Amino acid sequence: MVSPEQIPAVSRVYRLQWEESQQSFVLLYPEGMVQLNGSAGEIMAQVDGVKSVADVIAALEAKFPEAGDLSADILEFLEIARDKHWITIS
Amino acid sequence: MAHDFINGMPTGVGKPFWLLAELTYRCPLQCSYCSNPLDLKNTGPELTTDEWIRVFEQGRKMGAAQLGFSGGEPLLRQDLEILIREARRMGYYTNLITSGLGMDGRRVADFHAAGLDHIQVSFQASSEELNNRLAGSHKAFAQKLAMAKEVKAQGYPMVLNFVIHRDNIGEIDKIIELSIELQADFVELAIAQYYGWAFINREHLLPTREQLQKAEAITNEYRARLNGNGPKLIFVTPDYYEERPKACMNGWGNIFLTVAPDGTALPCHSARELPIDFPNVRDHSLEDIWYRSTGFNHFRGYEWMKEPCRSCDEKQKDFGGCRCQAFKLTGDANNADPVCGKSEHHHKIVQARTEADQLAVGGDAATPLLARNVHNQEAALAIIARSR
Repeated sequence: MVSPEQIPAVSRVYRLQWEESQQSFVLLYPEGMVQLNGSAGEIMAQVDGVKSVADVIAALEAKFPEAGDLSADILEFLEIARDKHWITIS
Repeated sequence: MAHDFINGMPTGVGKPFWLLAELTYRCPLQCSYCSNPLDLKNTGPELTTDEWIRVFEQGRKMGAAQLGFSGGEPLLRQDLEILIREARRMGYYTNLITSGLGMDGRRVADFHAAGLDHIQVSFQASSEELNNRLAGSHKAFAQKLAMAKEVKAQGYPMVLNFVIHRDNIGEIDKIIELSIELQADFVELAIAQYYGWAFINREHLLPTREQLQKAEAITNEYRARLNGNGPKLIFVTPDYYEERPKACMNGWGNIFLTVAPDGTALPCHSARELPIDFPNVRDHSLEDIWYRSTGFNHFRGYEWMKEPCRSCDEKQKDFGGCRCQAFKLTGDANNADPVCGKSEHHHKIVQARTEADQLAVGGDAATPLLARNVHNQEAALAIIARSR
């Protein structure tokens, strides 16, 4: 489980970047690339090793007010991202 | 070509996500499995710093995201730090693929400051004696160990690459142990593929099926034991023991673009061995080369195929396999890759497996083992000429 006070950070092996030619965020790693879909990219772009999970949720709900409560979706994604070693959570 | 063109751009052609910059063919090591061309002497002068930077700019505009600095040994380029800085500034993920010879702690730090993202260090074996014998250098192993430690200490993601063949496949457990000890993030256990120097030395390199199965089983045991902790082990199986060919480079001119030291642009690092003219980045833009050159369009789509590929229901999966392998083993690059059990030349692969079995029990090789260096170039080219 991921809890609201924890702080996610992009793993040392990955680099997150907006790719103009793909119109998406990508995770770059040694000799490879993961293309993120729109919502995954928005969440990853908030992960900076400083903001807590609660801060990430608040930031995205402020950015997309019409989307309503995003916490369940964001928590679910962060768990997947941790399992894939894209992020670490401390 | 069976592509639709919009504004002169063929649709359905992928982007060159992967740009491999072979900065030089010069190398302090002499590995007999090297994939560099046999003809090391007679290529043109290396691209200049400015020429490389222009290539990187053009590639990035076309969507390239991964840039590999390779060779030969890229550390021999004195402008490497400049090239890294410029590439990173453009937004590339920058990979340095190196033997570690020619590096020290200071240079590792300078590359880090320039923005280098990742370093891949090659090893030849897990023991000093065997490593140095395979590399043809008495100081290689100690230097590699020191540099692998330095790379990790300075916070880079680290990939260790071991080319696996008959002489080191028996110590794959020790190779994995060494990788764990060095805290590698990824370990490529790449069974040798037979291009360039590796092709003429194939008799000495190809493991037996039994050796291969044992090595894969040991790798799987370590994966289970590591359970996601420690290095990710990537076991690259050799196509010589398959009955269907690999989808070589994910398709010809689909995601991968190599630029050789003299500026020749290639769809893969072995394509130079094909009887096809490839364009040079000194004469053409990368966009012209990728989308419009005859070299890059040569094996796109399916029109070029002969039987059994043409009517095969797996052609969209494997694209008929590797064009270089088809040419080297059958004399015609349009043929099916003979790895395929449907190929009328498949017996050549079966014969190589039989030879591997005979040599493993003490048989004599028909050709000498040739270390990769310019002194052996004539002998290497003579072996190729005889095989045709």
